[in-house]
Amino acid sequence: MCLKGVKRMRKCALANLDKLFAAIAENADLYLPVNDENGAASYKKWEEGTEMSDALNTVKSPKDFFFPQSEDLMTFKTEGKNIEITDIREESKDFVVFGVRACDVRSFDILDRVFITDPQDSYYASKREKGVIVSMACTRPTETCFCAAFGIDAAAPKGDVTTWKTEADLYLQANTEKGEKLLAALEALTEEADCAAVEAQQAKTRAIMEKLPLAGLDTEQFGGGKTKEYFDAPEWKELSQSCLGCGTCTFVCPTCQCYDIKDFNTGRGVIRYRCWDSCMYSEFTRMAHGNNRNSQLERFRQRFMHKLVYYPENNDGIFGCVGCGRCLAKCPISMNIVKVMKTLGGKKDE
Amino acid sequence: MQVNEKKPLIVAFCCNWCSYAGADLAGNNRLAYPADVKIIRVPCSCRVNPMFILRAFQRGADGVIICGCHPGDCHYTSGNYFTRRRMAMLFSMLDYLGIEKERTRVEWVSAAEGAKFAATMNDFAEKVAALGENKRLEDLRCKK
Amino acid sequence: MQKITREVLIEKAASLLNEGVVSGVLGWKQGEFAYDVTPALFTTVDELNEQFVWGDFCGANFSKYLVAHTRKTQSKVLVFLKPCDTYSFNQLLTEHRFDREKVYAVGIPCEGMADVSKVKAIAGEGITAIESTEEGLAVTTLYNDAPVVIAYEDALAERCINCKSKKHVAYDELIGEEGDVLESGRFDQVAALEAMTPDERFAFWQKELSKCIRCNACRDVCPACTCEKCVFNNPVSGAETKAPMGTFEEKMFHIIRAFHVAGRCTDCGECSRVCPQDIPLHLLNRKFIKDINTHYGEYQAGAEVGSRAPLVNYTTNDVEPGDVFERGEENA
Repeated sequence: MCLKGVKRMRKCALANLDKLFAAIAENADLYLPVNDENGAASYKKWEEGTEMSDALNTVKSPKDFFFPQSEDLMTFKTEGKNIEITDIREESKDFVVFGVRACDVRSFDILDRVFITDPQDSYYASKREKGVIVSMACTRPTETCFCAAFGIDAAAPKGDVTTWKTEADLYLQANTEKGEKLLAALEALTEEADCAAVEAQQAKTRAIMEKLPLAGLDTEQFGGGKTKEYFDAPEWKELSQSCLGCGTCTFVCPTCQCYDIKDFNTGRGVIRYRCWDSCMYSEFTRMAHGNNRNSQLERFRQRFMHKLVYYPENNDGIFGCVGCGRCLAKCPISMNIVKVMKTLGGKKDE
Repeated sequence: MQVNEKKPLIVAFCCNWCSYAGADLAGNNRLAYPADVKIIRVPCSCRVNPMFILRAFQRGADGVIICGCHPGDCHYTSGNYFTRRRMAMLFSMLDYLGIEKERTRVEWVSAAEGAKFAATMNDFAEKVAALGENKRLEDLRCKK
Repeated sequence: MQKITREVLIEKAASLLNEGVVSGVLGWKQGEFAYDVTPALFTTVDELNEQFVWGDFCGANFSKYLVAHTRKTQSKVLVFLKPCDTYSFNQLLTEHRFDREKVYAVGIPCEGMADVSKVKAIAGEGITAIESTEEGLAVTTLYNDAPVVIAYEDALAERCINCKSKKHVAYDELIGEEGDVLESGRFDQVAALEAMTPDERFAFWQKELSKCIRCNACRDVCPACTCEKCVFNNPVSGAETKAPMGTFEEKMFHIIRAFHVAGRCTDCGECSRVCPQDIPLHLLNRKFIKDINTHYGEYQAGAEVGSRAPLVNYTTNDVEPGDVFERGEENA
């Protein structure tokens, strides 16, 4: 057994990958990472001839599938004194997200705790129900990776189905009922396999993980109950001083879940939609009395305190970060959660 | 409001002092121009913010025309000179983005030029009609 | 490879700090990796010695930081300016955006900055060290046994390949040699787009702009974007949007953004540098610059303090908007 407590391993020759994708796409919309001409990967719907990207990660995380950047909720139309409210959500079809990395798989757990716990967000929940997550183990983690800090094993991602891509084959293993169902439908294209190749790959990946520059990043200093300790730390000033207040970190983040609900007047009615919001923005959670956080320091602090202190406090100690490293790669000023953790956490050693 | 596919919807920003009066004169003289030209009166052609133009396209316009006093005749001395530069740059940018250049126009129409106003609108509407519906700057939400 | 060393800059900064001429230094601070450099304010010589860096990844333009910084303090701040940064510096001064009295500007020569994504594309992922050598950038990764050496011209950022000037147009003091305004090919790509058919252009921009995630990084980093409240953030403007919605919003955002800086944009290229989706935003700005040059005479924003930007100016015989296209075709 390659993963504890799970069922048998199947494999499919890489040469037959297209057939496998076609078989999945017969019953559901299949999405997988695809490179653009600059080599940047993003999830695209599979169609004949689509080539799966080998990129470690997509620029934007797959949270879009369940919590899209913008999503129509309802429309209003008024006639005289009557107002007509229509639920215009698009019922999503069954879909499969293929090639999700371990960090991003964990991000769905984090989002679930926000959206599926009572009161349940039905927009999110219905998509979650329809979606099957097929993860893929990492083999070439990069310098910005630090998922291990949050107890994530990049070589053994969770998800409904876990896959490992070796030089010749794709190994597949179902972890959930949904996953079993998917693999059962692919039975003809896959064959029984043993775990040797997967285990060899895992050992190799884990050895690389240990050599990553951010291996050993310490999260012990953070977690629930640390609000008082860090809230007024003088380090926030220096950390936030160059922050541009853009939303890059938030919008590439797989776990940021804040949104705004807005109305758009189409000229014929009103569409109420929700869209991602960023705590880095000056208008974030603006209310009638004005803003809660008037300085970039406060806004910057909110983002990191949320991930490192507030979220774990409300969610059994689980951190609101998965260590995917997107913000490290994309921040225009290269300020990020790792620098925050090292600066705030490191001060105790001095 | 239904947009008739054959008749283009045109938004005309007309300055209060010349072109709007020109439109009035066209009406007084019983000169015909398409009823789908919707006139928006602005104090001066240079009041027209580029955002107005984009918004008009978003909300379903197929063509946008700006009419002001002839250069040199601006009620505010120099407003239309600024319009001329701004719109030259903006329309060139829209063209650069692949949006048909026939969908945008600036025309100078004085209060005495009722005939020019009608002729301009007829000609513009014809050109826009030839292009068909505005697809490149549409907002699908506004068409539902 | 930069000609000026880190030590020279630290020495200059340290002496100005020690003499009390300045109370702080705006400079680049070393991050976790060889390439992730953060703009920072240094207030002590020790901080400078420990964390100040100057090298091939110090692309950040500090001019805009002066707007907020000079409001907060009464004392002077030292700012290091590369040639392209000095144009933004002048442009901000022209618009009265910061207090010149509170700034001590040191011009430093620049040999062009490396683009991290180009380095990653060549050397691969997992970069653990980058050394600037005579031959080029020696990149060590987790997956290569020996460092991959990338020639500087292969790693150079687009804006530096098309560098418009090595001349500093503003400084209190200059370190190293002064350069010249360069003949660059920065409008070549614009001309190539202009030569396409409208359908091709539309397809190009549709593809690029639809990648936009509306993070606003291009706007927030832009030294020309210094409005206290951007129209896109202002709930009462009627234009506030936080996300790319439908088919229209991102086009509107980018057209308006580029238009608002038209005539004021110095073409520093920060917008394209920071875009997480690698949208070639500079091609929008350069289109305006090219059009302005063609129709209203050569104009370089920021070349001097106090010049009148072309879009807040006019002549009585300007080209008619309808004739712009014809003239453009004649020139093509």
